[in-house]
Parts: sequence; structure tokens; C-alpha cells
Amino acid sequence: MKTGTEIMGKIRNRHKRRDAFQLLFLILVFFLMALLGTIFSTIPVNNPGLASAVASLQTESGVESPVTAVLLNFRGYDTLLEVMVLLLAVIGVWSLIKAPAPDPETEISPVQMGVVRLLAPVMCLVAAYLVWQGSHLAGGAFQGGAILGAAGVLLLVSELPWLRTVPASVLRFGLVLGPLCFIGTALGCLFLGGELLAYPEGTAGWLILFIETACALSIGLTLALLFAGGRPHENVSRGDIP
Amino acid sequence: MITTTLYSLTGLILFGMGFHTLIIHSHPLRKILAVNVMGTGVFLILVATAYVPLGQGDIDPVPHAMVLTGIVVSVSVTALALILACRVQETSNLALLKRRNQRKETKETRA
Repeated sequence: MKTGTEIMGKIRNRHKRRDAFQLLFLILVFFLMALLGTIFSTIPVNNPGLASAVASLQTESGVESPVTAVLLNFRGYDTLLEVMVLLLAVIGVWSLIKAPAPDPETEISPVQMGVVRLLAPVMCLVAAYLVWQGSHLAGGAFQGGAILGAAGVLLLVSELPWLRTVPASVLRFGLVLGPLCFIGTALGCLFLGGELLAYPEGTAGWLILFIETACALSIGLTLALLFAGGRPHENVSRGDIP
Repeated sequence: MITTTLYSLTGLILFGMGFHTLIIHSHPLRKILAVNVMGTGVFLILVATAYVPLGQGDIDPVPHAMVLTGIVVSVSVTALALILACRVQETSNLALLKRRNQRKETKETRA
């Protein structure tokens, strides 16, 4: 039988060992940060980067905003894959877990309903405006999608059962709408012009707006469904374990 | 100049803090938060490198575009990581782990 003091000593020893490791790691992190800091200090200030290269091709991109031009024209392939990552995240979440069932007993307070009635349409309007604005100022699919997602989250936290009333097939179609439009446009360009995502001359502006609108809807739905935390209840697919 | 340095330094400190937490702490939620903080530091550094004072030439839109998509992707990755952590918590046999830990401790105290 061990005495209490011996056990206390053991525990203290273990703490000491852990403290030593933590201290060692802290020193290592400081070294890493010092290294990274020296690397950053060697980067030349006022580095023009690719600004002039983008500016020289701005007129050909079909949009006036340089960020949108980079996102959907010059680096369109990257953005396509990023939209795919969002879709993959939802697929991963849906295959892992079911959405927690909302309590049917809870009553929504009238104040909250008033706020939702006031805010949700305004949010949709702002999202549409941001997507439209993306062609000439700051804005675009991701910003508009984020606002749409916030609107969806607002409905979810207000216990409004839109996740249950909207059919699952509509939700699924909404999720893949953006990626499908993006891939469709890319493949269309491939067949017409010979290169992936090389928009035909003169149509770039409209094609970018088309892709952005579809992607904004999908991104908004993706974010809201990720917040819901699981696949909706009513879509019991074949082979599903109840 | 001073703005870029200040923001870069802040991003660097955020990155270091996140990295430290990621390694030291074992709880999955802390690790997920740490990765988020690290990501925020990286975004801050990227935006700081693209910073140009107003009226002194064009901005470099490439880092901006990268950060823009990166933020949305990091949100979705966080959601997936949280769900995975919940699943691990649900499916891990906590009683078994506790029994194993107890056995290990009794072994250690005997030795």
C-alpha cells in the first residue's frame, strides 16, 4: 500500500515532466517564429507582385474588379476546385451524422419572428446586390454566398423548420447547382474554344455573372446546411441504417 | 511600410499561438480552434503583403482572391472537423478508455 505523500510525489513528478516538455516546445515555437520573422523581413517592401500583370489584362477579363477577374477568369480553375471542396465538406457531414431534430414544442417568440421577417428579405437583397456588384467593385459569389448562408443560419437558430419543409431533393439540387454550372461552362469553353475555362471573346462578363449567381446560391446553401450539422431527416436513402 | 510590418507581425504571432496550442493540448475542440487561429494568422499575413497605401499604385488582387476563397473554405473545413470530433466523442468507448487508464495507473503505482 502506498502512502498519500508518495502518490502526491508521483503526480508532481509527472507534472514536472510535462512542464519540461511544454517549455522545450515553447522554445522551439519561438525559434520557428524567429525564423519565419527573418524570412518575412527579407521580402522586399512595395513588392508589386502580379498587380501590373492583372491590370494589363483587365480589359480582356470582362469585369472591372481585379479581384473578381483573378477569381473567375485568370485563376478560374482554383475557384472551381474550391467550390468542389465546399461540396465535399457537405457530403462528408451528411454521411457522418443526422441533423438534430428540432423540438416541435418550442414556440418562436414574436419578437424573434419580427426580426426574422425584417432581416431575412434584406439579407437576400444584399446578397443579390453583392453578387451583381462583384463585376465592378468589391463583392462576388463568396461574399453573397456568405450573406445568404447567414440568412439560412438566422432561420435555423429561430427554430423555423425550413430544413424539414423543403424537400431533400431540392436541397441536393441547390447544393450541386453552382458546381454544375461552373463545370458546364468550363466544359463548354473546352468544346468551343479548345481550352478549359477560356471564355469566348465578348461573353466573359456574362458567363462570370452566370457562374457567380449559381455559385452564390450553392455557397449560401452549403454554409447554412453545414451549420444545421447533418443530413435532413426525411431523406432516408436506400441502405440507410435507421 | 509600418502597416505591413505590424499586420505581418500580428499574423505571425497568431500563427505561433495557434501552432503551440495545436501541439500542446489534446482536446479536439482546442485543436480545431487552434487550426482556425493559425489560418487567421496566415490570412492576415497574405493581406498585409498585398497592402498598398491609397493612391500609390494598383493593389495586388491575387492574395486577396486567395484569402477570399480561403475564408469560406476554412469555415467549411471547421464544420467538417467539428462533426468528426462529435462522432469520435460519440463512438469512442469511454468506459473502456477509463478502465484502461485505471489499469495503467495501478501498474505505474505498483512499479
